[in-house]
Amino acid sequence: MLRLPALTLRLAILSAFAVFFAVPVLWLILAPTKADSALVTASPLSFGSFHQLSLAWHHLDRFSDHIYRRWIYNSLYYALSATAITLAVSVPAGYGLAFGKFPGRRLLLSLTLVVMIIPAAALVLPIFLELNAMHLLGRSLSVILPFSFFPFGVYLAYIYYATALPPGLLDAARVDGCSEVQTFVRVALPLAKPVVALVFFFSFVADWNNFFLPLTVLADSNQYPIQVGLSDLLSSTPSFNPAQGGGGQTVDIFRPELALATLIAIVPVAIVFLVSQRALVRGLVGGAVKE
Amino acid sequence: MRGLRVPRGLPFVLPYLPFLIVFGIAPTIYALDLAFTNATGGWAWFHNFVRTFDDYRFVPAFKHILLYTSVWLAMLVVIVVGLALLLHGRANRVSSTFRFIFYMPGALAGAASVLVWLFMLDPVVSPGRFLLQHVLGATLFAQSIAPGNLPFIFAMIAFWTGAGGWIVVMYGALNTIPHDLEEAARIDGASPIQIALRLKLPLIRKWIAYMVILSFATGTQLFVEPQLVNEASLGLVPDTWSPNQLAYQLAFRYADFNGAAAIAVDLLFIGLVGAFLIVTRTGLFRTDD
Repeated sequence: MLRLPALTLRLAILSAFAVFFAVPVLWLILAPTKADSALVTASPLSFGSFHQLSLAWHHLDRFSDHIYRRWIYNSLYYALSATAITLAVSVPAGYGLAFGKFPGRRLLLSLTLVVMIIPAAALVLPIFLELNAMHLLGRSLSVILPFSFFPFGVYLAYIYYATALPPGLLDAARVDGCSEVQTFVRVALPLAKPVVALVFFFSFVADWNNFFLPLTVLADSNQYPIQVGLSDLLSSTPSFNPAQGGGGQTVDIFRPELALATLIAIVPVAIVFLVSQRALVRGLVGGAVKE
Repeated sequence: MRGLRVPRGLPFVLPYLPFLIVFGIAPTIYALDLAFTNATGGWAWFHNFVRTFDDYRFVPAFKHILLYTSVWLAMLVVIVVGLALLLHGRANRVSSTFRFIFYMPGALAGAASVLVWLFMLDPVVSPGRFLLQHVLGATLFAQSIAPGNLPFIFAMIAFWTGAGGWIVVMYGALNTIPHDLEEAARIDGASPIQIALRLKLPLIRKWIAYMVILSFATGTQLFVEPQLVNEASLGLVPDTWSPNQLAYQLAFRYADFNGAAAIAVDLLFIGLVGAFLIVTRTGLFRTDD
């Protein structure tokens, strides 16, 4: 019997990595239920109490006049506005690139592809320098508009229309007397649901997690999204900055509060992840069946 | 009345153009312009590039990210591909549960992942304190984040958040391999390991190439991880650990926009070369019909 040891080894390797991937997440979920001292003394993966959890939230919420709520609100505002603009711009653009016949189409497609592949962070300082020269720093739009430029979304829409929408369908609509806009609205747009979900997912997650761009273009901490807010919080806690401990620190931000702040900050992305994994898999399977 | 004929499809692309121009092309051109001029706007040839290269923090910053990306890429290639092959051995519920567990930390990108790992690396509270004490020999947080450990720590954080997504991609790529091919190899007497290494691996080669080039380009841009560790280390870790941080400091602390632009152009160049290699060599992206 050679199979059994091989199978056991396989499971052992997979399980070891599962521990590596899952334990930090578990710790993060459990940490806010314990007092700071219990984090040190109690077993790292034990549950504390709901009372401690509400206490941690109380401290976090009180920090700097409810600024934590403000950061979450800012993040939602920036990510959702930018994703809405991204969708409104990239779905028609992908359609136009897939079926259009105009000079410069190939060039536009190649440019989109290149900007999509170069890391987003590579453009942050150039965008900052540009906005600085135009005196456009420190506004909500200095975050939302750069976020709204999402070439990956255009490329996804382009690939989707080029592969999933038969040109014959469009010709049929035109023969029936539809204008170009009517053809798009009546034929192409209703078919766009899967790609809208995909673009929403990638755009929202990228915007929510972006740290570098908002850090450079915003100055007032009331405007920060949660990612930058977390770094503000980190530098206010004596847990990692003993220098903050002196001077009668009354911010009450210790490890449980910091863990809770991190945990809440990832909830929207976690929800999008959970919902999308199903949709993504279903989309893939659905596509395979149709072939 | 037909009026003016508009080229087909063009109106649909028009709303996208201002975004592409203002946030894609113009910043690149402006960064190039700044990089080749001086503070008063005069032409400076390569002076800014030479000047920033001679900065005592420039070479260490690039050394840091080179070591970091090497470690990270090695982990990605060996472990991601290895785990995807192990998962692909049999497609069942166990496999999808594991994929989900591996994929989950992807929700914690950016600052959140760094904060989690600051806790994981603090021997006082970490669930892995045994490992920290006995493998790293660290009993204090400051020892965990000793400068020599940082490239490895950042590689591990990047791996922790990103590997699951790549495992899903590789698993998907493995699923496109026709079943008959595997069956034929099995009938010919190939062992599961031989099938994995000689049949499956070559067939997902271009996806591996894509992952490596893209990750290399992304890795050189490292910013948030060293930035937060700097804040949590009382200056033990410099705030110019990575090239992007150095460029950021030049712009924000010294208002040296020309120097910052020069480093941004260096990094943009690396990104462009990576993008060029992916487009021309892997054949994964199409720009024609």
